[in-house]
Amino acid sequence: MLDGLSLEVPSGAVTGLVGPSGGGKSTLMRAIVGVQVVAGGRIDVLGEPAGSAALRRRVGYMTQSLSVYSDLSVRENLRYFARLYGVGQDRVESAIGTVALDDFGNRVLNRLSGGQKARVSLAAALLGEPEVLVLDEPTVGLDPLLRRDLWNLFHRLAESGTTLIVSSHVMDEAERCDGLLILRDGKLIATGSPDELRARTGAHGLDDVFLRLVETEGP
Amino acid sequence: MIAGAAAATAVRVGQQLRRDPRTIALIVVVPCVLETLLKEMFAGQPQVFQHVGAPLLGLFPFVSMFVVTSVTMLRERTSGTLERLMTMPLRKVDLLAGYGISFALLAVVQATVVSLLAFGLLGLDVAGSQVAVAALAVANAVLGMALGLFVSAFATTEFQAVQFMPAFVLPQFLLCGLLVAREDMADWLRVISAFLPLTYAYDALAKVAAGGPYGTRFVVDVVVVLGSIAVALALGAATLRRRTG
Repeated sequence: MLDGLSLEVPSGAVTGLVGPSGGGKSTLMRAIVGVQVVAGGRIDVLGEPAGSAALRRRVGYMTQSLSVYSDLSVRENLRYFARLYGVGQDRVESAIGTVALDDFGNRVLNRLSGGQKARVSLAAALLGEPEVLVLDEPTVGLDPLLRRDLWNLFHRLAESGTTLIVSSHVMDEAERCDGLLILRDGKLIATGSPDELRARTGAHGLDDVFLRLVETEGP
Repeated sequence: MIAGAAAATAVRVGQQLRRDPRTIALIVVVPCVLETLLKEMFAGQPQVFQHVGAPLLGLFPFVSMFVVTSVTMLRERTSGTLERLMTMPLRKVDLLAGYGISFALLAVVQATVVSLLAFGLLGLDVAGSQVAVAALAVANAVLGMALGLFVSAFATTEFQAVQFMPAFVLPQFLLCGLLVAREDMADWLRVISAFLPLTYAYDALAKVAAGGPYGTRFVVDVVVVLGSIAVALALGAATLRRRTG
């Protein structure tokens, strides 16, 4: 699936993982958090092998599937995850506030919209205040206002030292990343900041950057 | 901390069950209805009810918990929550213990209600201890839970998980000795039944109902039931993979 990939992700920054679906974004993220069976190669996170027990408190992960209990309320979900992380209930309340679900704390997830459920999932990943946050398409199905708020949150977290790896297939989100990794068919076809990639390809929008990169790489 | 994660999981599973009162009602009411039916069906031969009433009371929890657990665990796998839990500081044994605590408590409720009905209203009589019957029922519930946990790894849809009930449970039920005494079975069937945990669960219940003898065979029965729980839990734990394809 992922072949001959070698990369480093800077700490305290938002690194975007972009590329067409089926390109290996989720597989790479799963490998980073250590839930993917890898045939070979080596991934170190914070100096430890990916997936090692010591990392489970230091790395937060939001999967593409919602991975929250749809038959529990927002608060019940987050309280459970908080107890597993061994953090206080005050974190639950602040996480609910962070993802702007204050009015829905006691609502069962079955009765929330898809975007609201995704925010519960994000809140769960934030609970342990991890040093590394791996977020697989965290803003799918969210309105522009909320997307902007969440991206502001990601940058605030990065400023306070958190390393974020965020996947997206929306190019205007890629624009908000400090660095980009462009994946296609399991291969890393380009890396750099949005400005660097624009300069290298001579394109204006990141959509065009992406198209030029894909065309020069060939199929 | 260890106890904390297991307790947190037990609370969470309990909350999920509480949100589904209809399932709880079915788990408690269905065995009551069946015991009543059994009593009425054999109104002309009361010895039949006296013979099978107690074993049935002890075996129901096995069936209920098998189905409920296999579906719950399958949901955990398909919804992605299991994958999230596997990236968190939670040991597999705590997850299993959490499930065990929650479903054992549900089994206590089930066994208590059905016992009160059978021993009280329906006039079921056992020569041995009624509490022992209820205790065996709870042990069987935990066994059903452990097996359900294990087989859920082989189901990819809830339809399949439910079909595992007739596949894994019915043959054990037919061969355990309740319907036909094991001595009267063809040799090959008796050999197969010797490998099925429900055979020992039934035998223990039948001995309590008959008031003994509580010899070596009874000890073997109880040890096999408890040992099967341990083996099924170990197998279940082995299916909880941190890494998947």
